[in-house]
Amino acid sequence: MSGAPTVTQDAVRALEAFIQRSAGHGAALAETGLPTRRVEAWRYTPLRTLADTAWHQAAPLASEAVSTFLDRLPLPENGARMVYGNGRLLEGLSALPEVATQGSENISPLKGMFSATLNAALGEKGLDLRIPAGTDAGLLTLISLSDGDNVSMHLQHRIVLEDGASLTLYDVNAGEGRYIANPRFDIVVGKGAKLRHVKLQRESLTGTHLAIVSANVSEKGEYDSFTLNQGSNLARHEAVVTLGAPHAIVHVNGVQIVDGQRLNDLTSMIHHAAPDGSSRQTVKTVLSDAGQGVFQGKILVDRVAQKTDGYQMNQALLLSEKAQINSKPELEIYADDVKCSHGATVGALDDEQLFYLRSRGVPEAQARDILVRAFLIDALDLVADEALRDLLGRSMAS
Amino acid sequence: MPAVTETRETVEKLAKSSYEWGFETDIEMDIAPKGLNEDTVRLISQRKGEPQWMLDWRLKAFRAWLEMEEPTWAHIHYPPIDYQDAHYFAQPKKKPGPKSLEEVDPELLRTYAKLGIPLHEQALLAGVEGAEERLPIAVDAVFDSVSVATTFRKTLAEAGVIFCPISDAIREHPELVQKYLGTVVPVADNFFGALNSAVFTDGSFVYIPEGVRCPMELSTYFRINARNTGQFERTLIIAEDRATVSYLEGCTAPQRDENQLHAAVVELIAMEDASIKYSTVQNWYPGDDEGRGGIYNFVTKRGICRGARSKISWTQVETGSAITWKYPSCVLAGEGSVGEFYSVAVTNNHQQADTGTKMIHLAPNTRSTIIAKTISAGKSDSTYRGLVRMQPKARNARNFTQCDSLLIGDQCGAHTVPYIESRNMTARVEHEATTSKISEDELFYCRSRGLSEEDAVGLIVNGFCREVLKELPMEFAVEAQKLLQISLEGSVG
Repeated sequence: MSGAPTVTQDAVRALEAFIQRSAGHGAALAETGLPTRRVEAWRYTPLRTLADTAWHQAAPLASEAVSTFLDRLPLPENGARMVYGNGRLLEGLSALPEVATQGSENISPLKGMFSATLNAALGEKGLDLRIPAGTDAGLLTLISLSDGDNVSMHLQHRIVLEDGASLTLYDVNAGEGRYIANPRFDIVVGKGAKLRHVKLQRESLTGTHLAIVSANVSEKGEYDSFTLNQGSNLARHEAVVTLGAPHAIVHVNGVQIVDGQRLNDLTSMIHHAAPDGSSRQTVKTVLSDAGQGVFQGKILVDRVAQKTDGYQMNQALLLSEKAQINSKPELEIYADDVKCSHGATVGALDDEQLFYLRSRGVPEAQARDILVRAFLIDALDLVADEALRDLLGRSMAS
Repeated sequence: MPAVTETRETVEKLAKSSYEWGFETDIEMDIAPKGLNEDTVRLISQRKGEPQWMLDWRLKAFRAWLEMEEPTWAHIHYPPIDYQDAHYFAQPKKKPGPKSLEEVDPELLRTYAKLGIPLHEQALLAGVEGAEERLPIAVDAVFDSVSVATTFRKTLAEAGVIFCPISDAIREHPELVQKYLGTVVPVADNFFGALNSAVFTDGSFVYIPEGVRCPMELSTYFRINARNTGQFERTLIIAEDRATVSYLEGCTAPQRDENQLHAAVVELIAMEDASIKYSTVQNWYPGDDEGRGGIYNFVTKRGICRGARSKISWTQVETGSAITWKYPSCVLAGEGSVGEFYSVAVTNNHQQADTGTKMIHLAPNTRSTIIAKTISAGKSDSTYRGLVRMQPKARNARNFTQCDSLLIGDQCGAHTVPYIESRNMTARVEHEATTSKISEDELFYCRSRGLSEEDAVGLIVNGFCREVLKELPMEFAVEAQKLLQISLEGSVG
């Protein structure tokens, strides 16, 4: 019986700039208000820093800026590429995979979730593609670039995989300046279809990234996702994944690397709404300086979702005195014939392991580095695509 | 017949079994009119003969409560509580001390007999003069809101231990009460805690002086007795340097129709090298098959390890109540102090339990252990909700948490909501949780060895809870096992 959060006048005032821009679509936004720490879903990720700015729409991105970004980012050579700059498609640089067709559906609403409400009020058209039944669309690299101060981007992507289709989506986010990137993904995975969603979040270190993904997975379909949260002053990657038909398979894995005064957050809700589903989640966070990490992972198993197999592991490594982790793994289970477990650990590097390496002549800094990599490697290994795994590994090392 | 079907049937059978210990004692009561306002608070304070500071404290709590909102974050559902539709004070009428058991109110004796209290202990409880004998347990029987009798005071007094109703303590040891009351759970700590602070009518006070190991286990039988009286117990236990005490709290209640609100507060304070063990077996009336009429149990329990190397250990077996909202917590402020939480929570029919613990590590080298076992059957919902927080100064602090849930039947729910917050890199937190049902393999194995279905399930459930049950003092472990059997009768043991 968690009651609706009381929306204070301040919380609404903070959104005024957005509400004005949204041309009549701001009602839901005004009703939600800017979530405070008293809103359970945002207790560890304060958004009040967003309140002091009148966020406006960004100007088109200059082409020089685009090429600078593209040179800097770890990008694959092959596959199709779609590039968005400041919320607009850069047509000269973009092409969809050959087999893909244009979709025509609207983004399905996600009620009561701030990132989705904000996106719905100001949505900018993003990907809208449909992979026909039984085809393999290969690799699509989606690049979302942001540049500017006090601006916000709200791309809306809809991806539909028809039965038996497959796609590997490499979702790269980067930028410069003090902006809000607020992308929304609406994903449908058909029967026996398979989507690999590999995300790199390397937004500007003064930027804010509020991504929200909803994915509905059909019978024997698979949604296999991995998120590397490495940039932004404040970032939340939020996934709401529904196993809507029997034998669906879901992975919501991730790594977060946080330093400085930054905060990175990975929040997920894995909803088993049908029998025989399987979900796996491994999230690892490394924190240094005064970095803050947040993990909130919920597994919800409906009464009908018998024979569910759910596993969740989240681990955090604290490398400095001021680093901070807030973790909330959550199980909500209404079916009796299930196997669900979660584990969580928080701690520093193991002194004995460090001693072992040093006694073999490895200098301390290097020894620490080896141990941090070792900590992250079993999460990174969950990225099935070898080329993308290498690209993310390169990003992590930098 | 497949084991699952059988298990379900036995659960259904259980659902029909009535509350075994539902009886009501008819004793003359002195009852305050229904309703809650400042006058009610003043009346309670006046009836208890309290000093002005106590009244002021209560009023402060009451005013804070008026400003507060009832919390809604727990995974429980219940119709709105009308706080004005309850009596806030009920006291058995006082009579001069009886000379022998024959003079004791026969109703009271019958209640004791149903509780299984031995005769000589009954004499002590009933305040029969000269009935003192050496017994291993001291009982402070709370009959509704007022302690009817306190036993073994003399034996305890020789050791310097103070064990008395808190209202006596307010009169006889005001300096101790004033110094410690509300220091662990402040008056405005939370909605139900504030309510308790304003209107609490009784409870126990325990003071163990420096260096004293309490010579016996201290025990209180809490009984909710009069119709429509909410119970607001207040317990305060202080263990000075190197003191040790084990406190048992056990509850059975008469069956009744209307929901009863219970909002207790327990505060524990452990000084240097002190140790407090607090054990609870809670078996209040859970309501009927449809969930009507059970007790609402909103409890604030918190202990602080103030001194270095002190230790607070909570053990609870929760089988009763329609709603349980309870998070026994430890604030580990002393260097090297230890907090423990062992819990078995069983829900059946329409029961709802949202329970867990908080371990707040403030000091270096503090350690905490959480073992929580949750069993859900029928149409019940059971949630473990816990917080482990490592503050910046908690160097080398350790926590280990294990939460296991067992589901029996497909109409119930089991949930796990742990919060882990660490602000110290050298602190280590480990958490693991599992949810499962009794496996067919385990059942088949036991049955192939000649155990009946019931015995097999009982064996498995007892094994599931063993880590917690073994933490209970022996007398309680026996009662707890009995309660588990009654709660899950036919289905699990």
